[in-house]
Amino acid sequence: MTDAFTQWGMDSGWAIFVASVAGILLIALPLMLAVAMIIYMDRKVWAAINLRRGPNVVGPFGLLQSFADGLKVFLQETIVPSAANKGIFILAPIVTFTVALLAWAVIPFDAGVVLANINVGVLYILAISSLSVYGVTMAGWASNSKYPFFSAMRAAAQMISYEVSIGFILVCVILYAGSFNLSEIVMGQLGHGFGIVNGYWFNLLLFPMWVVFFISSLAETQRVPFDLTEAESELVAGYQTEYSSMAFALFWLGEYANILLMCALNTLLFFGGWLPPLNIDLIPWFDVPGIVWFLLKTWFFFFMFSWVMATVPRYRYDQLMRLGWKVFLPMSLIFVVVISGWLMFTRYGGAA
Amino acid sequence: MSLAQLVKSFTLWEFVKAHALTLKYFFKPKVTINYPFEKNPLSPRFRGEHALRRYPNGEERCIACKLCEAVCPAQAITIESEPRADGSRRTTRYDIDMTKCIYCGFCQEACPVDAVVEGPNFEYATETREELLYDKAKLLANGDKWERAIAANLEADAPYR
Amino acid sequence: MQVFAFYLFAVLMIASAVLVVMARNPVHSVLWLILAFFNAAGLMVLVGAEFIAMLLVIVYVGAVAVLFLFVVMMLNIDFSTLRSGFMKNAPLGVAIALILLAELVFGIGAWRAGGLDLGQPLGDAATMAGVSNTKAIGALLYSRYLFLFETAGIILLVAMIGAIVLTHREKRASRGQQNISRQVNRRPQDATVMRQPTVGEGVEL
Repeated sequence: MTDAFTQWGMDSGWAIFVASVAGILLIALPLMLAVAMIIYMDRKVWAAINLRRGPNVVGPFGLLQSFADGLKVFLQETIVPSAANKGIFILAPIVTFTVALLAWAVIPFDAGVVLANINVGVLYILAISSLSVYGVTMAGWASNSKYPFFSAMRAAAQMISYEVSIGFILVCVILYAGSFNLSEIVMGQLGHGFGIVNGYWFNLLLFPMWVVFFISSLAETQRVPFDLTEAESELVAGYQTEYSSMAFALFWLGEYANILLMCALNTLLFFGGWLPPLNIDLIPWFDVPGIVWFLLKTWFFFFMFSWVMATVPRYRYDQLMRLGWKVFLPMSLIFVVVISGWLMFTRYGGAA
Repeated sequence: MSLAQLVKSFTLWEFVKAHALTLKYFFKPKVTINYPFEKNPLSPRFRGEHALRRYPNGEERCIACKLCEAVCPAQAITIESEPRADGSRRTTRYDIDMTKCIYCGFCQEACPVDAVVEGPNFEYATETREELLYDKAKLLANGDKWERAIAANLEADAPYR
Repeated sequence: MQVFAFYLFAVLMIASAVLVVMARNPVHSVLWLILAFFNAAGLMVLVGAEFIAMLLVIVYVGAVAVLFLFVVMMLNIDFSTLRSGFMKNAPLGVAIALILLAELVFGIGAWRAGGLDLGQPLGDAATMAGVSNTKAIGALLYSRYLFLFETAGIILLVAMIGAIVLTHREKRASRGQQNISRQVNRRPQDATVMRQPTVGEGVEL
């Protein structure tokens, strides 16, 4: 994109600046739109599984429901509790929202279609996703209220716990791909399964890791069955209890942007990103733009997120911790050892 | 723990089964009615919004006996009465506070002339609280508006009284 | 551009580091500390060490600072008691301030006198051309510094075991202990018995 701007007679410094801003907007704005639509889809899927209809009044099939909700929230009064720590109280939703957008910088939507194709993409995502806990923690503390505070405690403990196992799962994928770069990880999946299937999931060693990753990403984004931070039966609305209006909406948007990010990661790390599912040119699906495959797969994973939400009841907190530390952590550790051993054996002939 | 259970727990068998079940429900026809466009049938005894009825000649039925005011358990009804110019006993004020009303139907049971009734209308949400403090004019207007439905309901229920 | 970014990160980092010390509220201090970490990571990126930068964010911001925040948030801060001990601790504070000032003066003086000549990196330590710094770090850690690396690992392991031993308590036998895997594995047929007792007859369990 930089070249195009230089052709229009800008000097290179300005061209880089303008291209970056344009790239950021090109990702952030459709992402916001996608979040709005995905909230609608979420509600429709739960409704369908509960044998209900879901939102169906605003716009055709209720498609504009999220925008109506957004407008309503926008017109509400922003309430800052008098005993709250004002600066942090207002900062918290902004942090949540910004962090949720930040990670999208390194997500490749298609071959070469990525804002920042940095070499440590996976680490960057891990770093950013570890930040998302701050919004929740700050909100809970700054609200100066019991339930939000409990929620903040829970969130901090939960996200740290599951980040550990996510880290090890990423190590497994990185070992196979031999790169931290997300685009290279995707290209490493081309024909990974016997030259036919594009994706690391078609691998006996990585499939269990995908299952663990999927469950951990539910926990990381605080979705049911791991939404202990906003367990309404115990904590009213968790860290969002004292929030209203746009601050509340920012939390909401950030949460769903994070969920979409995790869906995208599932796609990129295990299901071959923008590649078509199979590596055979039966129907001309290599001609379908890669971004279509990428979005389709991400959409599918979001459906799975909603599906899980409509199916599974909430975990008890001690069981959540047990699952993270006593099941997922040892399991992913063992798999790191097994996978590196297997790769040493197959790729380097066992010679150390 | 038996081996079968171990295998089951590691393959997340019960989760898979649960998700298969919910997926089946996902494609089932929906049981909810499409509310503003479809509505459930109502019983003739349905107790909804209140109305004050008139005789077919246009004379209001209420004779200000205040039985409804007395029987109302929520004390939602307020009545004041004076003789009208022709000497008949009529209400000068008939208020129902719909925010107090518990829709027990005692008022329509108590009424000797079938003046106050609870009609079949249940869609009268308002934007302000004040709009729910019904006065005589509003109640009479309701009666005029819903007279046909109310009369049909009363007739349908008459054999069982 | 680079110069601007450098000064932005550097100034922000120093400012937030100062605010870590100055902030009255410990929670604010931790948040400023996080900002300082961030800017440090930014500086690392500027010098081309993106791997270290990411590790800084993941380890310090993502884990260590969360735990700090976790602990500090639990503190019940009473600002009046915070201020009450001021005069008692003042001499100590002044002493520390003097020492820091002296160190600062020495440091600046030494810097004025000219930097230490550390020489150019040679041999294994020299940056490898055309290799990303992730690989370069790996190659160094697992060859030249293997022993130190493994030692550091073992020290951390010992520290971890130590922490576990210190905090581990024997299970009280009486009550309040749950065996979750047993709870999870309990099946209906283990837990319930279906009986059809006739009238006037009890059920023997």
